[in-house]
Amino acid sequence: MSKTSVGAIGEFTDVNILIKAAETIRDAGYRRWDVITPYPVHGLDSAMGIKRSIISYIAFAGMLGGLTTALGLQWWTGAWDYKLNIGGKGFFNWQFSMPIDFELTVLGTAIFTTLGLFALCRLPTWYNRYQDDESFKKSTDDTFVITIDANDDRYSQDSAQDLLRRIGAANVHIVFPTIE
Amino acid sequence: MTVDHEQQIRTNGHSYEEPVREILVMGHPTLHDVTSRIASIVESKLSIKYLLTLSVTLSMLGLGVAALGYTIMTGIGVWGLNNPVGWGWDITNFVFWIGIGHAGTLISAILYLFRQRWRTAINRSAEAMTLFAVACAMSMVLGHTGRQWLFYWLLPFPNQMQMWVNFRSPLMWDVFAVNTYGTVSLLFWFVGLVPDLATLRNYVRNSFARKIYSFFSLGWTGSHRHWHHYEIAYMILAGISTPLVLSVHSVVSMDFTVGILPGWHTTIFPPYFVAGAIFSGFAMVMTLLIIAREVLDLKQFITLKHLDNMNRIMLATGMMVGYAYAMEFFIAWYSANPWEMWIFQNRAFGDYAWAYWTMISCNVIAPQIFWFRKFRRNIPLMFVISIFINIGMWFERFTIIATSLHHDFLPSSWGYYTPTWVEVSIFIGTFGLFLSAFLLFAKFVPVIAIAEVKAILPGSQPSHKHEHGHAHAEVTGH
Repeated sequence: MSKTSVGAIGEFTDVNILIKAAETIRDAGYRRWDVITPYPVHGLDSAMGIKRSIISYIAFAGMLGGLTTALGLQWWTGAWDYKLNIGGKGFFNWQFSMPIDFELTVLGTAIFTTLGLFALCRLPTWYNRYQDDESFKKSTDDTFVITIDANDDRYSQDSAQDLLRRIGAANVHIVFPTIE
Repeated sequence: MTVDHEQQIRTNGHSYEEPVREILVMGHPTLHDVTSRIASIVESKLSIKYLLTLSVTLSMLGLGVAALGYTIMTGIGVWGLNNPVGWGWDITNFVFWIGIGHAGTLISAILYLFRQRWRTAINRSAEAMTLFAVACAMSMVLGHTGRQWLFYWLLPFPNQMQMWVNFRSPLMWDVFAVNTYGTVSLLFWFVGLVPDLATLRNYVRNSFARKIYSFFSLGWTGSHRHWHHYEIAYMILAGISTPLVLSVHSVVSMDFTVGILPGWHTTIFPPYFVAGAIFSGFAMVMTLLIIAREVLDLKQFITLKHLDNMNRIMLATGMMVGYAYAMEFFIAWYSANPWEMWIFQNRAFGDYAWAYWTMISCNVIAPQIFWFRKFRRNIPLMFVISIFINIGMWFERFTIIATSLHHDFLPSSWGYYTPTWVEVSIFIGTFGLFLSAFLLFAKFVPVIAIAEVKAILPGSQPSHKHEHGHAHAEVTGH
């Protein structure tokens, strides 16, 4: 047991107890801990004390980027770089540029939102320190899991396990790394 | 069990979530039941029936590829197209397939924003259909360009001719609209899929399958710190897909409306095309889901309630389409434009009257049966009607394209268009592509959005009477 632990883990099945438990850990001042759930549970944001996601701003940046690209592309190619006269129509008008403005705005937003989501969630990361733990594996199926990481300042193997047991976790144990 | 179940729904109904009016998932499964039910499809052995069906659809695809290859090597002269009918089955099929895709986006995005929770059982497969339908549509337009190997000329890129694409052309808008639609649908679908692939990664026993699911699930854990971003990202993607789906078929319709041809040059086209697209898309979703719920045994998740709701949408959009048909005639008469009036008389009573009345019977008359609840819940009947609608909507596009083109402004060049075996084979090939892709999807990818279904099960969300306000105050107090 001399190995450094990854953290403590405990299982929950009742979602109401889970919310209470998250609130308790939040109020105890832990910072490096997590709740793993098979589906998004409403109300966990505030129970865990998570701040509002910045992904809306990333999406907004993508929106502006897409719109600027569309306007710039149509203006620069048509009215600046190579003026092609087609039926005497204007080289650039906002009216005819609307469909492509719209499409590229949507495209920019979608790409930024998706890549922003992956960046914020650090995806892809094909390794997780808890990945071989049986409780952890169940968390994509039917079990809610709370993990308290060993690198939290307040962490000690006993205190973390005590806390998890006190707030109603089952099968509380310490996880050790499987890959050196 | 029923009493317990009802009680659970009732208590859930009082929570801050909208009450579940009708059971969306039957048999009161646990979270684990949902996982194992969906995963069992993936884990089951390939049946003979499945392989036979797949070999049939792959043969159809092979036929289409051969016919398309023949077209590419010989030129599109092998099609029945000629002056004055320069667009035939190629563009008919393109518009048909793009339309099919629209139901997927409607179900996944618009119904999500309207908090229609019944969508969770069908959104995954409907989105997959969108992707495959867009792929079919793209193959049709690429085939019709003539010199298919120069397809990249459609894109604005610096080249030695020092020329740029013409952004004033609706055909160019179409390139952007369809590509954006394909890309956004793929991203939306994949983002929705990541958590479910992670579920399968942790569930399947086959180590090769586990590696594949591991790779595509990108290491998703289900951490609430991730779900938190995920839910907002998903909402944004749904939010932007909603106007996107309305724009795509509008842009497709502009390929026609911006031309000056009588019968095409009308302002009703964008909304009319969008309604028709959703109508035809729902019919296709219905056709495939009725088969899928039987074959994959998903009756627990795709209930009569779902089918009933979809029939209502088909009834509503069918009426919109019917209204558009009528309004086209009214405006043609009201315009007092003799060419406009003539083309519509010709549409209903001319050479292509058979196509026009097929369209009217399938699209306007057939869905009227869904006014009755009994028929909305009759599976064989709705299967037949959904096929009728698929046929009718194909004929709608054919009617619009062929009637306006075959009698143009110069009577000496009037003609009648019939497709050759090559065009028919390519169309069969697109069905082969669509069905093969759907079969592979249904076997190897979770057909039901596992995490979303779990999130709407009774009792899966906190009852929330206790701490919500209190907890919130504490967070802001920090």
